[in-house]
Amino acid sequence: MDAVKVDRLTKVYGSGDTETVALVDADLTVRRGELVALLGPSGSGKTTLLTSICCINEPTSGRIELDGTCVFDNGWTGVDVRSLRRSRMGVVFQGYNLLPFLTVLENVELILHLNKVPVTPARQRAMELLDYLEIGHRWHHYPGAISGGEQQRVAIARALANDPTVVLADEPTAALDGDRGRSVMELLRKLSRERNAAVIVVTHDERMLDGFDAVYRMADGRITGHVTRRVDEASQMNPGRQSP
Amino acid sequence: MNLAVRDIRRHTTRFVLTSIGLGLLLTVVMAMSGIYRGLIGDATKVIDAVPGHLWVVQKDTRGPFAEGSRVPEDLEYPVAGVAGVRAATPISFQYVQVDQRGTPTRLFLIGYKLGSFVSPSPVVDGRPITKKHFELVVDRKSGFRIGDPVRLGLDDYTVVGLTQGMMSPSGDPAAFISLADAQVIQFQLDNDAIRNARERVVRTYGQLNSMNPLLRARATQKALAAAESPHFANAIVAELHAPETATQVAQTIQRWNHYQAYSAAAQKDILLTGFIEKSQRQLWLFRTILVIVSGVIVALIIYTLTMDKLRDIATLKIIGTADGTIAGMILQEALLLGAGGFAIGYVVITRTYTLFPRTVLIQSMDMVALFVIVMTICVLASLLGIWRALQVDPGMALAGG
Repeated sequence: MDAVKVDRLTKVYGSGDTETVALVDADLTVRRGELVALLGPSGSGKTTLLTSICCINEPTSGRIELDGTCVFDNGWTGVDVRSLRRSRMGVVFQGYNLLPFLTVLENVELILHLNKVPVTPARQRAMELLDYLEIGHRWHHYPGAISGGEQQRVAIARALANDPTVVLADEPTAALDGDRGRSVMELLRKLSRERNAAVIVVTHDERMLDGFDAVYRMADGRITGHVTRRVDEASQMNPGRQSP
Repeated sequence: MNLAVRDIRRHTTRFVLTSIGLGLLLTVVMAMSGIYRGLIGDATKVIDAVPGHLWVVQKDTRGPFAEGSRVPEDLEYPVAGVAGVRAATPISFQYVQVDQRGTPTRLFLIGYKLGSFVSPSPVVDGRPITKKHFELVVDRKSGFRIGDPVRLGLDDYTVVGLTQGMMSPSGDPAAFISLADAQVIQFQLDNDAIRNARERVVRTYGQLNSMNPLLRARATQKALAAAESPHFANAIVAELHAPETATQVAQTIQRWNHYQAYSAAAQKDILLTGFIEKSQRQLWLFRTILVIVSGVIVALIIYTLTMDKLRDIATLKIIGTADGTIAGMILQEALLLGAGGFAIGYVVITRTYTLFPRTVLIQSMDMVALFVIVMTICVLASLLGIWRALQVDPGMALAGG
């Protein structure tokens, strides 16, 4: 089943003289276990597409399906999108966006508490994730006391805490140097495989594209190119895709 | 996981300082409540200390606590003779300012007839008055000690006993003296005034040429005696066989030409409505203003705390936190701030109320009511912050690092 399915998604800001077309007829399909990149310069519409998939930006027209649930069909369908985000999505931010008043462990635990997971299993799960991302020894620190790379690992742990179907990452390496950036990308690739999550990464850095299953190039609000690098079941089921 | 507590933990200094400021403000509010209660307590202490059921005062006056009232001392006898009255005694009240080791001290003098049912009570140190003249029982708050001399009028008195917590309606310490002494202090004319009164009486009666000279001389003597007599009191207090007959007995006395009678409860009402009402309104106004100021402070702080974490709120929204959870966090912060301020205020007032010059009575019900008001104000104050938080666009969390 497709984890994310976007059909002919269009977003227009403003009207009349101030009208700006941010997204035009975007089509995107991502299956569980796939790592997909949205690549393009600033203003190309990749963040608009990401925020639309994240259900925080209302498209003008088109259709969005998340994990089999249609959330937008030329208008919100009435599905509780915040609950959907809480239970089935993970978001990794460019600026990490860890809550500064919570410790590393609490930041990861929070999403579990929001999903009504009891305290002890939530703590256990959060520690497991932190250990998995090799940041467990920092569990009691506040975000301000750890490095950028470590903060991004905590952010990824938080995004994975609810065992999501879809992980959306907005420029996750932008604030990191090359080695740390590659390390984070490697981590995202690993989790898409091991956790069977659909991971969509917005980036403008072509050096980080090794290992992506698919790369969607965007410019002026349109998906201008679509490259599938992995010859597997996914690409075989989508014969329109080009293999490198 | 309580987000409010964790956010406060991060802003501990700001939270503590604001709580202290709020607490001191609430201390003033509590003090005003206490002063108001103290006013009532002090005002009614005198009436409560006099064990009479009926107060007989000058006609068309509302009694000695509201206005001047002057009745003959011997009115006690006809009052005592009214059916239903067990005993009656004259009583006088007046304010005096005396010198206490160079410091002016106001006293509320209560003159009572020795051996009557009125007496200074409780005497916590020394003894009650046993001699008809020049002895004084005074409240401890005046600062006088047993054996201290006190100059009242033209005479020196000696403090023989101390009472505890016996105040005038305006909070001045009470002092008990014999009625005879009180009459001298209040009603006896000084030498110049006596000479003046005599001259006026003699001149007036001297003009009555048509009167028999012997009769005129006799009448002049009587008039002089009446003009110089100090045998007055401010009220006659009556003890009844059955307190519930007070209205009935009062009606009987009011049929007499020159007197008015009130039950003790009516006299207390007159005192509270006349004397206390304005102070009460003033204190209420101050308290209301201060509570509103507290609310504004809480609102500002909560709004500032909210503005500081708009990006965090956007992040919370994007990871799926319900609006109710976010609103709850802000509301709880406001409530914790209010509760913290209230606790500080309570601790401060309960440790400092004895330092106030006026009586401050801290009553549990007032504290509970104030706590509820503070919590309500905090809820209202948090609405601005909650409104701002709910306006936050979750997309803000994605806006760069």
